[in-house]
Amino acid sequence: MTATAATDLPLWPPTNPDHGPFALLDEQERGRLDKPVTRVRLPTGATAWLVTRHADVRQLLRHPAFSANFEKPGFPLLRPLPPQSELERQGGFIRMDGDAHTRLRRMLTAEFMIKNVRRVEPLIQQTVDEALDALQAAGPPADLVEAFALPVPSMVICHLLGVPYADHGFFQARSRTLLDRTAPVERVRTEVGELRAYLRELALARHADAATDLISRLVRDRVATGELSVDELVGMALLLLVAGHETTANMIGLSALLLLREPGRLDALREDPDRAPALVEELLRYLSVVRTGLPRLAVDDVEIGGRLIRAGEGAIAVLSLANRDPEVFGTADEFDPYQQAHQHLAFGFGVHQCIGQPLARAELRIALVELARRFPGLRTTATPEQLSTRDTSVVFGLNRLPVTW
Amino acid sequence: MRIEVDRDRCCGSGNCVLAAPEVFDQDEADGLVLLLRPAPPAEAADRVRRAADLCPAGAIHLT
Ligand code: HEM
Ligand code: SF4
Repeated sequence: MTATAATDLPLWPPTNPDHGPFALLDEQERGRLDKPVTRVRLPTGATAWLVTRHADVRQLLRHPAFSANFEKPGFPLLRPLPPQSELERQGGFIRMDGDAHTRLRRMLTAEFMIKNVRRVEPLIQQTVDEALDALQAAGPPADLVEAFALPVPSMVICHLLGVPYADHGFFQARSRTLLDRTAPVERVRTEVGELRAYLRELALARHADAATDLISRLVRDRVATGELSVDELVGMALLLLVAGHETTANMIGLSALLLLREPGRLDALREDPDRAPALVEELLRYLSVVRTGLPRLAVDDVEIGGRLIRAGEGAIAVLSLANRDPEVFGTADEFDPYQQAHQHLAFGFGVHQCIGQPLARAELRIALVELARRFPGLRTTATPEQLSTRDTSVVFGLNRLPVTW
Repeated sequence: MRIEVDRDRCCGSGNCVLAAPEVFDQDEADGLVLLLRPAPPAEAADRVRRAADLCPAGAIHLT
């Protein structure tokens, strides 16, 4: 494809943030982008296939012909890759394929499975209670993102990993840079390096320790046995720390806004908390915080949605649009708390599907139920259109949510 | 209905456990799928089909 032809292609992700936090695309963008499999231009100048239908996204993400390895030539990057040494990439299994991915993921699957998350529910409950106690004590008005949505998942993942929450300013600022598509690559590299050095120091201090947090146990059970290198452990901890709180935090903030927008939604949750699990699935579907989708590179020729995607071409699996596929979800652009949303793809699909989903579900459920229970008069003091959103982040969300009660 | 699970493919997502907890479990040691009932009762059939459909790794086969 020639350069002039490429500049005629629509840009992904679209850069128009004027349609508020709940609409994915405006009418014009919809016409250009919301087609089953369509060619787009990326901010890096690369081109890729945009895959938007539920069945196609599932097929793509489960197909062995696609690689998740950003380092492969031709990978459809949304921002330039910071120059990184082999060591600086170790342990980041979200970008690995095949056996390399399986080997590291399997060291963590038991940790985050439903049964084990049930065991940490009291910790989640306590974290939520304490955050709401503090909110109540401080009194209105408040920023619900700063006071609740962000600290809850952050404290939980810190506790599980054994990272001191007192350092949250340090790692939250850096993980935000890491997720920002517009951050300069040199800055990304520096801040990732700082995070790795920080986690490395934590891990090395744990060698002789009897603590039961995940990093300590991985040091004792995997690093000491020679199964895992310290750099790999650091990369895994980094991935969990970043993936474990920005996503869930943005979900809590957007969910609160959505529930506050229509009178009665919070009351319904308070009166019937048993509905919370189904509500959480519909929130995950409708809000789809990983909005710009999951990039993959075809390593073999493969047909998706009737299109031949050739080896060496990139594709973007757009979870957010697949989650509004009318063939699966009916009037998908409407939020419907009674929707049977369990088929949503907010956690991805295929072997990289979110390892933290049981934890995320429990955090969302407990946070929203308690918020409804303890703050029956909660309301937001801004219209959705006035709220500033994270438009350049890989994980979409609100910067602030001003509330009163 | 007969169920077969492929532990080599399983990525431990737990979707099957969420869909049909009386039929699927996860191993304490590695988090991979454990099949509790290879021949599930008729009343679980819909949930089992849902589990197979939601399995991100294609590790559940029904015959
Ligand atoms: C509502 C909150 C969350 C959402 C929407 C979400 C979304 C996702 C998505 C879409 C992927 C797939 C990425 C890909 O295929 O390239 C993923 C992977 C991952 N998530 Fe989450 N996530 C959430 C919460 C969490 C939490 C709480 C943790 C912490 C334990 C976590 C840890 C991970 C890890 C480690 C991966 C990589 C898995 C792999 O590559 O095998 N996530 N997440
Ligand atoms: S749904 Fe599939 S991948 Fe997930 S635990 Fe069950 S068998 Fe394994």
